[in-house]
Amino acid sequence: MKNKYSIFSLIKNAFSYHENWEKAWKDPAPKKEYDVVIIGGGGHGLATAYYLAKKHDMKNIAVVEKGWIGGGNTGRNTTIIRSNYLWDASAGLYDHALKIWEGLSQELNYNVMFSQRGVMNLAHNLQDVRDLKRRTHANRLNGIDAVYLNTEQVKKFCPIINTSPNIRYPVLGGTLQRRAGTARHDAVAWGYARGADEMGVDIIQNCEVKGIKRNGDNVEGIETTKGFIKTNKIGVVAAGHSSVIANMAGLKLPLESKPLQALVSEPVKPIIDTVVMSNAVHAYVSQSDKGELVIGAGTDDYVSYSQKGSHDIVEGTLNAILELYPIFSRMRMLRQWGGIVDICPDASPIISKTSIKGLYFNCGWGTGGFKATPGSGDLFAHTIANDEPHKLNAAFNINRFVSGDLVDEHGAAAVAH
Amino acid sequence: MFIINCPFCGEREQSEFKAGGEAHIVRPKQPTELSDDQWAEYLFMRKNIKGVQFERWNHAHGCRKWFNMVRDTSNDKIKAVYKMGEKPPVE
Repeated sequence: MKNKYSIFSLIKNAFSYHENWEKAWKDPAPKKEYDVVIIGGGGHGLATAYYLAKKHDMKNIAVVEKGWIGGGNTGRNTTIIRSNYLWDASAGLYDHALKIWEGLSQELNYNVMFSQRGVMNLAHNLQDVRDLKRRTHANRLNGIDAVYLNTEQVKKFCPIINTSPNIRYPVLGGTLQRRAGTARHDAVAWGYARGADEMGVDIIQNCEVKGIKRNGDNVEGIETTKGFIKTNKIGVVAAGHSSVIANMAGLKLPLESKPLQALVSEPVKPIIDTVVMSNAVHAYVSQSDKGELVIGAGTDDYVSYSQKGSHDIVEGTLNAILELYPIFSRMRMLRQWGGIVDICPDASPIISKTSIKGLYFNCGWGTGGFKATPGSGDLFAHTIANDEPHKLNAAFNINRFVSGDLVDEHGAAAVAH
Repeated sequence: MFIINCPFCGEREQSEFKAGGEAHIVRPKQPTELSDDQWAEYLFMRKNIKGVQFERWNHAHGCRKWFNMVRDTSNDKIKAVYKMGEKPPVE
């Protein structure tokens, strides 16, 4: 058992200058064989391992990560959490995640700093207004809290927005999901890692997968930079590098990997206490607890694994931010970075079995995977343990690209692409 | 961000161009005879290579012509540019 984090443990450790905290997870060498190996130590992968151990009574599990846990897209996103998706399948998936977020800090005994500060999506033209109203109704039918706001209500909820009718893309209204918000991305990875480690999961860092060994239609193990690991079940949660892993197994996926950028400003006093997104002008902004504005830009339209994006994308986003929030005109940006996101043609994820027995993929989250982390892990664990999808992720199988039964969130919902 | 040598206009900034995805995916000769699996392969499945990839690009804010490009997607370095219909260069 790990020592419980509490106010008392904090005080106790203060006396030893915080130098004697127990390690949150071990750093084991890989064993020869595991029942399940998860490829990818981001939030989704660690959550999968956690729920496999917790809910499906599997103990001999490894998570292999080529870098450090949480060092990929988990540590690069803008931490927005919401579930106001249009289609029933997506609403079910993302609201499942949101419900887990609501009790996650307590469950993990790790403060993931989940903050239900609300997420507002803006409408800038008549079609936006119609789409957002439609989505609000769809959300309510699915039991998801959503309200439509007119321009005055938008201004009241977030006073720094420029609602003048004389700007290039005037604010005509917006939707608000109050249960939505943000969380601390690193804490999510670390919290799940600590929880999984406590239940005996081996978290193996700096261990890159180099090949997948197949025997006919079964998997036999993985070749890594730390040697061969034998296993009959492999769960791939490799985000932007999913196609690379699929390639090793001789599979092709309907994915394209593209750079997605974000940036943060210098820290300032509290100025925006919610998350505001605008798909039409492609800008979203929130403020971190440190005071930095967290700004998300769009994807580049070419395939790249370079973790760098184009400057014109950032410029376009900042143009939109400045028009909507003239108050930020003299803010200076501190850092800018890119992450590689794997995008499906229908902009919905894949949580699925494959044609190869024992090989499972959880990918295609595109630009919006962070919000789904707990739900994704829970449902992927279910899929791996039972070799059958849960009813909430049945629609997100890989065969939908053959059957044509797509979950077409592209442009139809609140997806910012 | 990188500079692209358009085969018609010369060197221009990448922001003038639109990426058209994987190149040399041939449209099925007899679409009516395709199975669902073959349609899925043609429409959706992509190599999405980390490394040297063959792509289509369009000089959207220039001559608006399509052309092909060989690019290393791991570092965005362009290896070759060639016109539509031309044979892809062999490494």
